[in-house]
Amino acid sequence: MWQFVVDRWADISYRSFQHVSLVVQSVLLATVIAVSVALLVTSYAKLKPVANFITSVGLTLPSLALLGLLLPLVGIGTLPAVIVVTFYATLPILRNAVVGLESVSPNLLESARGMGMGQLRTFADVRLPLAWPVIVAGLRVSTQMSMGVAAIAAYALGPGLGGYIFTGLAQIGGANAVNYALVATIGIVILALLLDLGLLVIERLTTSKGIRI
Amino acid sequence: MSTDTDRTPDHSSNTTEVSGVEIVFDEVVKTYPGLQYPAVDRLSITIPAGEIVMFVGPSGCGKTTSLKMINRLLEPTSGTITIDGVDIRKRDDDDLRRHIGFVIQGGSLFPHMTVAQNIAMVPKLLKWDKSRTADRVEELLDLVGLDPGRFRDRFPRELSGGEQQRVGVARGLAADPPVILMDEPFGAVDPITRQRLQDELLTIQEALRKTIVCVTHDIDEAIKLGDRILITEASAKVAQYDTPANILSSPANDFVRDFVGAGSALKTLSLSRVDEVQLYHQSSARVGESLAEVTRRARDHGDRSVILLDRNDRPLDWVWLSDLEGDQIREPRHDRDMLTVSHLATLNDALNSMLVSIHDGVVVTGGNDKYVGVAGFTEVTQLITRKATEAHERETADIARAPSDEELDEQIDEVPDAGSGDDDGDDDDRQRPEGE
Ligand SMILES: Nc1ncnc2c1ncn2[C@@H]1O[C@H](COP(=O)(O)OP(=O)(O)O)[C@@H](O)[C@H]1O
Ligand SMILES: [Mg+2]
Repeated sequence: MWQFVVDRWADISYRSFQHVSLVVQSVLLATVIAVSVALLVTSYAKLKPVANFITSVGLTLPSLALLGLLLPLVGIGTLPAVIVVTFYATLPILRNAVVGLESVSPNLLESARGMGMGQLRTFADVRLPLAWPVIVAGLRVSTQMSMGVAAIAAYALGPGLGGYIFTGLAQIGGANAVNYALVATIGIVILALLLDLGLLVIERLTTSKGIRI
Repeated sequence: MSTDTDRTPDHSSNTTEVSGVEIVFDEVVKTYPGLQYPAVDRLSITIPAGEIVMFVGPSGCGKTTSLKMINRLLEPTSGTITIDGVDIRKRDDDDLRRHIGFVIQGGSLFPHMTVAQNIAMVPKLLKWDKSRTADRVEELLDLVGLDPGRFRDRFPRELSGGEQQRVGVARGLAADPPVILMDEPFGAVDPITRQRLQDELLTIQEALRKTIVCVTHDIDEAIKLGDRILITEASAKVAQYDTPANILSSPANDFVRDFVGAGSALKTLSLSRVDEVQLYHQSSARVGESLAEVTRRARDHGDRSVILLDRNDRPLDWVWLSDLEGDQIREPRHDRDMLTVSHLATLNDALNSMLVSIHDGVVVTGGNDKYVGVAGFTEVTQLITRKATEAHERETADIARAPSDEELDEQIDEVPDAGSGDDDGDDDDRQRPEGE
């Protein structure tokens, strides 16, 4: 297996980069979507059951099935991969963002309003910073999950290490089948751990000392 | 009523300029969907500029609702509220709120912001420049008795309840608004801290003379802090709106009488302030002074103990000469705050503080928390006795005196009460021993 890695080092590192890049970009997009939707949901109480429904049903949807449904619509390649990864990445962040924003004490919000802070400023200066630790926790779960979903997205010929897994599966019994599957899996686990470490650092840096646990 | 003069040198006799403005409620009604009766029913009162007006009444009578209509956190269903003659509906709501201080229970500080950031919020909204804001933060921390160097960069969770509440008050005062609204501001702290916060509010108000509207359910707090008290029944119906002295000496009806409760003669003690007590000028010693010098000075003065002061003349500790060591006076080793009362504290407060002191007196502070003297146990109790006697004599005199026609008109409701000797007879029996 060592020889296998050495022989394909350039390809493996390129695929690793693609994999991480796909996940990071999709998670960023997902964060923006999730926080915006959470803001809407927490401002209009009627929307809350809808959001809850989407998150719980969405998470039970098999990613392979969603991918299959998308293929006829958007074709193969990077686009369906981004859509699928973003979709799954959004769900845990959305759930946490709703919980985080709702847990901000009504007293504080009233104080903010009583001081003449507008809606937008209250969101940016009070609600978001206070909900932030909970949102970042969702972000970490979401990133871990997305590493796996991104591998499956390779089924639609998306970028990343997932391609190796499918190659391995296709060649079962062949000389390098196990090597393909193993290298991809171990690679994904290592990258996921590194990303999580990165997020931990970001969490420390972006959370106010006043509310750090 | 004659008791009017009872009040300590009133704020109105002060030389300080009034910075507050008048607030008028005109037939203000507030109904909530789902509530059968109005939360506030045709409330009409005038809150004079530069006074502290206390809203008191049983829980759910509409105090908070009335208060929040002043800064438009709630909109009246009908009626008008004017501030300084301007209908508040004519003003942009956020702009209006930036010019009205708002202080609620516990301070309600933003936990993710430092003390300085919390206080600087409204100045920031008003786009003050950085240096002006920073100067203002220092000034306010000083004003509420928190050392800026120690507290500026702390987070709320690193503060005690009392300190948080002080920051809350500083935040309310930040942009120097003419009007401050407070909703049960001192409800969440222990009694000793509460008394200090009340004293500090009075000291601050002495200098600033804002219009302060403060909600409380504690009649004693209302008597102590209020220039005027609004006592309301359900739906914010006015039971009486008057000075503390008048409410105590002539409650308008049974509701007020019940609400003020028993011992209203004792409560008049809350109208007497520590600055009426003959203070004793206990020797003091500043940190850094030579011990020999301090000892000589204290002995000459006939004292066996001294008050330790910091560089700003704020009392740090009350120590026996025999406990002092070394060549120089050193800072006390402990970090606990010293128990003092402000010259604006009530006699009740002074008495309470003495009960937990090891000396038979309590240290009194003036403006900027500077040391002014010691109120001795004997002096305080003598003044209390004298006040009680006076109150008692006045009551008996009032009953004996034949009211003029005019007064009879005014008091027409009360005549049956005043005449039905039974109650008053009991009162007399209870009070006589105190007077003698
Ligand atoms: N948002 C609301 N919706 C419905 N009823 C309310 C609301 N806020 C207050 N009330 C009711 O209005 C009345 C007055 O409330 P409030 O002003 O908070 O009283 P207080 O501050 O004197 O205790 C109470 O009966 C309370 O239950
Ligand atoms: Mg209330």
